[in-house]
Amino acid sequence: MNNRLIRIGTALAAVLIAAPALAQDLTFWSWRQEDRAAYEQFIDTFEAANPGITVKFETFEAANYNTILATALAGGTGPDVMMVRAYGGLENVAAAGYLEPLTTETVPALAEFSAPALAAESGRADGAIYAVPFASQTQLVIYNKALFDANGIAEPQTWDELVAASQKLKDAGVIPFANGTATAWQNETVTFGLGSSLMGKAFYDELMAGTTDFTDERFTGALAAVAEVAAQYFPDGFIGLDYPSAQQLFSSGMAGMFIGGSYELATFKTQNPDIELGVFAAPGKTAEDAKLVGLYFDGGYAANAAGANKEASLKFLNYLASKEFGQAFADTLSNISTVPGVTFGNPLLAEVNELNQSSIPYLMLAHFRYGEPSGSVLIQGEMQKLFSGQTTPEAIGTTLTEGLAAWYEPFKK
Amino acid sequence: MPHLRMTGRGLWITALIVPPLAFVALFIVYPIISAFAYAFFDWQGLRRGDFVGLENFHTVLFVEPYRSWTINAFKNNVIVFFALMVLQNGLGFILAYALWRGLPGARFHRIAVFLPVVLSTIIVAYLFKLFLHPLFGVVNISLRGIGLDWLAQPWLGQGNTAIWSLIAAQAWHMVGFPTLVFLAGMQRIPGEILDAVRMETESEWVKITGIVWPLVAPSATIVFTLLFVGAFNWFELPYIMAGLDGSPFGSTDVLGLYFYRTAFGNVSSGQQDFGLGSALAVLIFLFVAVIASTITVRLRAREIQL
Repeated sequence: MNNRLIRIGTALAAVLIAAPALAQDLTFWSWRQEDRAAYEQFIDTFEAANPGITVKFETFEAANYNTILATALAGGTGPDVMMVRAYGGLENVAAAGYLEPLTTETVPALAEFSAPALAAESGRADGAIYAVPFASQTQLVIYNKALFDANGIAEPQTWDELVAASQKLKDAGVIPFANGTATAWQNETVTFGLGSSLMGKAFYDELMAGTTDFTDERFTGALAAVAEVAAQYFPDGFIGLDYPSAQQLFSSGMAGMFIGGSYELATFKTQNPDIELGVFAAPGKTAEDAKLVGLYFDGGYAANAAGANKEASLKFLNYLASKEFGQAFADTLSNISTVPGVTFGNPLLAEVNELNQSSIPYLMLAHFRYGEPSGSVLIQGEMQKLFSGQTTPEAIGTTLTEGLAAWYEPFKK
Repeated sequence: MPHLRMTGRGLWITALIVPPLAFVALFIVYPIISAFAYAFFDWQGLRRGDFVGLENFHTVLFVEPYRSWTINAFKNNVIVFFALMVLQNGLGFILAYALWRGLPGARFHRIAVFLPVVLSTIIVAYLFKLFLHPLFGVVNISLRGIGLDWLAQPWLGQGNTAIWSLIAAQAWHMVGFPTLVFLAGMQRIPGEILDAVRMETESEWVKITGIVWPLVAPSATIVFTLLFVGAFNWFELPYIMAGLDGSPFGSTDVLGLYFYRTAFGNVSSGQQDFGLGSALAVLIFLFVAVIASTITVRLRAREIQL
């Protein structure tokens, strides 16, 4: 009798414990509608390895994603797992306490991730990691190999060589750089895609240490050099040229170079499948100066702190942090996965990944988008002024430093 | 006051009135009131924080950098309003008069003038962006074609030409609307009055200033008020042609863009702040409501009933 009760009790208990594990439905939100097919495939792999957990992938419009996500989380109808932005965009959601803080205990693979990648997905106030970073983007110079070869141009090693290469293209009737700056955010891309090596790592380190600010000559000098190249070698009327037109100029083969992010590579290939692309980090003054690219992280995968299926969510996050996933991510989506040890079959991506080893963070996004006026707002507008001759690099340095002093502690006097 | 009894008819009326009233309350009154309430709170991202009273209003009006952003956007709205008053309503009046006088081809032009109004703003904005393209735009190519190279500008990239390019696009898009309203007003002027004036003078100028203009006053009230509201809520066209930042360097920034950027953030540059955004929305709403009603009342007073 007693035995029987125990047996029934045990069976019941087993069922109770197993029941949630039998049917765990996770919802997974993203702004990458264009990557749906790839994600469905990743999810299939995960589900096959974790019977009992199903993941439903749902996408929302990218521009309003944060608003939609935060509203849902606040209303208690948020997803179990979600893509979140990085830096300031992450903080919007994380500061409200909606995201489950991650540790190397819950997601052991995080221990291997690079420090800048983890910093991009951490809260500034508590230092906690809130998401598994998924991809990095690199600001550099993309060039048309055929045009470089036809004009006997090699990847420039010094700033003077870059200028000489541009002149050569111009003389041959090719627009040297396709970039236009009518679209505000392109100004930031151009500034740091071209100027990072001129600014240099020492400037970045001192800026972070609080021992210098944007009035530093290394920074203003870089702006002046960028503006000079723009005036000479960007398309006629580039200040009125918008982003999509600039992309077209490059992918159609009318221009030799494009200062932009690694995300452009796929776009250019789609716009013109025949184009042969190369990438290089814009050089510094001399060949000895480190060639630096501007590096930043796109976003990460996070779990809902109030989610009902937290255990399954963490399991899924562990999969998203695994090398298996990172490799599949890099292979299918042609993106630079942040998972350590991933190799790149696409030679261009492999090269970008190589260049990433010598980088400084994409400055304004990584450090100065946490308050208003953000460094991005300032540099975008000020560079537009510089390009149309309405300000000087030195004045920009002062405007940036004084503007950011409104909220950036080290600049407060 | 008559005694209200719930007769069959009363029920019938109630049943008809309640749904639309509920609809208006839910989708118009409630959002306005909640935006009003949001403006009094501190927001961290999208989480509502403490009640802060008038702090948000103070910030957008008096604290840098918001202060200069607000002033700049407002200033641009004022420019847009006055420019469109001349280019859209002024031109609209002249066109309407020409159409009304039945000049040759009036029937064709009546349709031609109104046609752009029917186009969606997105199409118009996109077309003008193509027209004004620095390299391939028809404007610059034509200018170069007739030897006016120095006039070929990167129109949307310069602080002093960008806002005027937008205004030109808007005026082209909407000029048919005041034209139509004025034309309708002119067609309502009784023939006897016109016959009477014809006996006095042949001058078109006297006819316009002495007869037509005073008698189309009701039309003027409508187009002036609508232009005022439209100019201060301007959003779509600058959003498509110049982007959320009012590129270049804020020279095309208007209150609509500024509000949107502040409340909902800008993926490629800034943070979002619902409280400040709501405060801006409330200020824009109050400003437009007060001035628009003043304009209406003042202009009504000068209307002549026929």
